[in-house]
Amino acid sequence: MIPNGNATPLADIPELEFAGFRQRVLEATGAGARISALFGFPTSAQNIALMAVLAHDQAGRLELLRSSPLSKSYPALTPDCPQAHWFEREVAEQWNIKPEGHPWLKPIRFHAPYSPAGGDSTNRNAASVAPGVTSYFQVEGEEIHEVAVGPVHAGIIEPGHFRFQCHGERVMHLEISLGYQHRGVEPSLRGGPNVRTLVAMEAVAGDTTIGHTTAYCQILESLGQALVPARAQYLRAIALELERLANHTGDLGALAGDVGFLPTASYCGRIRGDFLNMTALLCGNRFGRGLLIPGGVRFEADAERLEKLDTQLTAAFEDATSAIELLWNTSSVRARFENAGALSRQTALALGLVGPAVRACGVEQDVRRDFPWGIYCFSQMPVSTFPSGNVYARAFVRWLEIQRSVAFIRELIRTFPDGPVQTLAMSPAPQHLAVALVEGWRGEICHVAATDAAGRFAFYKIVDPSFHNWFGLAMALREQQISDFPLCNKSFNLSYCGHDL
Amino acid sequence: MLKILAARHHQGYRTFPYPKELPSLPDRLRGRPKLDASRCPPDCKLCEEICPTQAIRRTPQGLSLDLGRCLFCPACEQACPTQAVQFTTEHRLATRRREDLQWDGREFALARQLDEACRRLFGRSLKLRQVSAGGCNACEADTNVLTTIGWDLGRFGIQFVASPRHADGLLITGPVSRNMELALRKTYEAVPPPRLVIAVGACAIAGGPFMDSPQVLNGAAAVVPVDLFIPGCPPHPLTILDGLLRLLGRLEK
Repeated sequence: MIPNGNATPLADIPELEFAGFRQRVLEATGAGARISALFGFPTSAQNIALMAVLAHDQAGRLELLRSSPLSKSYPALTPDCPQAHWFEREVAEQWNIKPEGHPWLKPIRFHAPYSPAGGDSTNRNAASVAPGVTSYFQVEGEEIHEVAVGPVHAGIIEPGHFRFQCHGERVMHLEISLGYQHRGVEPSLRGGPNVRTLVAMEAVAGDTTIGHTTAYCQILESLGQALVPARAQYLRAIALELERLANHTGDLGALAGDVGFLPTASYCGRIRGDFLNMTALLCGNRFGRGLLIPGGVRFEADAERLEKLDTQLTAAFEDATSAIELLWNTSSVRARFENAGALSRQTALALGLVGPAVRACGVEQDVRRDFPWGIYCFSQMPVSTFPSGNVYARAFVRWLEIQRSVAFIRELIRTFPDGPVQTLAMSPAPQHLAVALVEGWRGEICHVAATDAAGRFAFYKIVDPSFHNWFGLAMALREQQISDFPLCNKSFNLSYCGHDL
Repeated sequence: MLKILAARHHQGYRTFPYPKELPSLPDRLRGRPKLDASRCPPDCKLCEEICPTQAIRRTPQGLSLDLGRCLFCPACEQACPTQAVQFTTEHRLATRRREDLQWDGREFALARQLDEACRRLFGRSLKLRQVSAGGCNACEADTNVLTTIGWDLGRFGIQFVASPRHADGLLITGPVSRNMELALRKTYEAVPPPRLVIAVGACAIAGGPFMDSPQVLNGAAAVVPVDLFIPGCPPHPLTILDGLLRLLGRLEK
């Protein structure tokens, strides 16, 4: 058990016989632990073991488990633990190891398998891994019809393929097939850190630049035992909350647009830009590119700049309040939000959803409170929940979080400490494993890195919150009208590139 | 109803007067940098060594920066001991030819307008289909923002449409992942000619942070001919709009 943002010698992680590993994962998840990451881990040039990072939210501790090396297959966890569903599909695709008995074993990204020796999937066999070509779940019957959408969608949006099995307007099942944005991020990180690593992290998911880069910086800082100065931690937290503000505001505007309520849609589209401009005030880039660096931040913020930030924040929050409150006061909007995309608390927990999606099912779960890092260790933020699990809940949780993020940033500005904004990062410890969790605006971001004997990355794993949540969207669509898909989709607003990596 | 009207009054009129006036830009915006090789200490190659995409090079003639590869990150500027590289807030970056992005710090060949025939076709009405091909959603987001009330792209006659059949061209973001190659080609073929292709962002121009990954094709030009290159990671919305308007001959300077 380790706290968030810690490194531990690889040798200290107990290696369990597979049966014991499987049993421990099932025990822990049965008792309420969440799978933050579950992945194939190369233990030698030939061998793959399974490794699990289990989040014990109540205890605020992460449990690391490693199995003995696997042969070509193993008994799948998914039938007993639905949370493992997507992770095991990833294991099968990345390492060509079959989870026997997995009920839904299909590719998630459509690439050729990796080699434990560190080779890349350059020798892809185009015939066998054409994106989107797989067997799809099909409902049969005289009045059943199938709707296929994507990969290229109608708006300015990333690509993905969606298949709906419908009876009239009613969706019986939605299957989501991704992988179009696959850029080979994880294999490209092996052998790092190098000059490319930081910019790749910034572009894992552009709308979550700060979230993913924060996790990466924590990985390096825990491996190098660097103590990040308080002033830098303040600036990182301000940037992370600004990212949340921009995206939540944009999402509420887009949700309004999807039910044809144009006032909020047009105002929020613009106000989202105001928040992005505040990030640009800090570092010159609207998405926070260039701000974070292992050991601290690259840009100083003097009193004058912070005052300007405060003024802009106040103005944007006033505009946001005026625009967003219309949603809750307009009965036609409420009716549409309340009658779409309901997900039960039970389903959300079983699938291991994260972020606003799970909090909108009444679950108090937030990395900022459960696994605090940086300034969140000292300055607590209440967890925003809503019980109804539908589009309304996912929208309202965002509004609650907007208010709390604004209050939090103001508090940070008031108590801004003196001191440097960078410390020299030390070189990463060899043969260690580090885990970092960050509450990005979509939910829990998990990075796991292992170093080799020279302190280079032998392995790097990224779990974007979308990885947990895409199946939640599929479940939320059941028994809905197909015309409500855009609305339900936007209420999750998941990342394609963050998932596809 | 009254609340909607009150909100409308509160929000006011918010469209920028651009291109009559430039909207205010952040003071730390990293636009086109100043390059001054005369300041370079002998044998110093710090910028070259730290650049994540090998965009900047110290040559016998001075400094050479490939703005197509440049991520406009602060690495070289902060590493340079003599301020030979200094970013400015100059937002105008778009070019018509890939080679024009190779910059030595002197004259910069901003995008020329389309030829007369194309300008007559597209100059007052340009419909674009956007394709994200491995993009990280930052270029996409800052393209999308042009359609909000702040920028109001529609007033220039430019619009993003849902089908390539309705489009005059493509606006492509992302390094073109192998998994999007076919979809991108099909979308291009579905646009009736004459058609334009606009590559937005470092990824779509040269692969960006994912350059040379075996899973990407290092940009749109690997699949389709490109008519306009708009650098940045991501480009500021104003940089994108400047490029589009320049192409249509709607900007004077």
